[in-house]
Amino acid sequence: MTYQEKKSIVSVISAILIFVSYCLFMYPRYPGGGVALSEVLHYWGSFVLYLTLFSIVAHIIISIIFNIVFRLTTNEKEPTFADELDKLINLKAFRNSFFVFVLGFLFAMGSLIFYQPLHVMFMILISAGFISDIAGSVTKLYHYRRGV
Amino acid sequence: MGKNLVGNHIRKLRFNHDEMTQQQLADKVGVTRQTIVALEKGNYSPSLELAFRIALAFNLPLEEVFFYGDQTKQ
Repeated sequence: MTYQEKKSIVSVISAILIFVSYCLFMYPRYPGGGVALSEVLHYWGSFVLYLTLFSIVAHIIISIIFNIVFRLTTNEKEPTFADELDKLINLKAFRNSFFVFVLGFLFAMGSLIFYQPLHVMFMILISAGFISDIAGSVTKLYHYRRGV
Repeated sequence: MGKNLVGNHIRKLRFNHDEMTQQQLADKVGVTRQTIVALEKGNYSPSLELAFRIALAFNLPLEEVFFYGDQTKQ
């Protein structure tokens, strides 16, 4: 298995771990019933913002650890640049990821049309972000294994 | 995926050039080893520029390295 394939797998696993652990951390902090709307919006706003920051930092740390482990186990250096194949695969991954997120965004807006509670909209939106991240990594893995 | 009509003789040519490694060829033409692996497996059709660079690395004309169609063996 090549560096890029391993990296895609690690990316999928780390995305799942980061999202699940963050959700488990934030779930008990959800403001209960009877609180002002501004409190609920504050919760969801901070949920999204801190999730973004947390996942960026966690991805960087996991990426560094992965590179160290890769060098130690294979005695091979990781590629330092992206060539035309990498760029093409990245474009396809971004396209799929973007498509999934836009679909989720539309569903989230649709939930508001059907008078669903506010938390349903945010949950769909956040889930769409998570699934789009996974879709991007899975697309990369697929194209690195099966070709373009 | 993987049904590329552009084939190549890169593996054979590497062998004939003092058993050049995939990494050596990758360094010569400015791509990663993964791209050479994908080319040899027939999983990727290179850009025209990369095809020319590979042909130049072997000092051969383009048509002796790459072919179009079902010519899997020469």
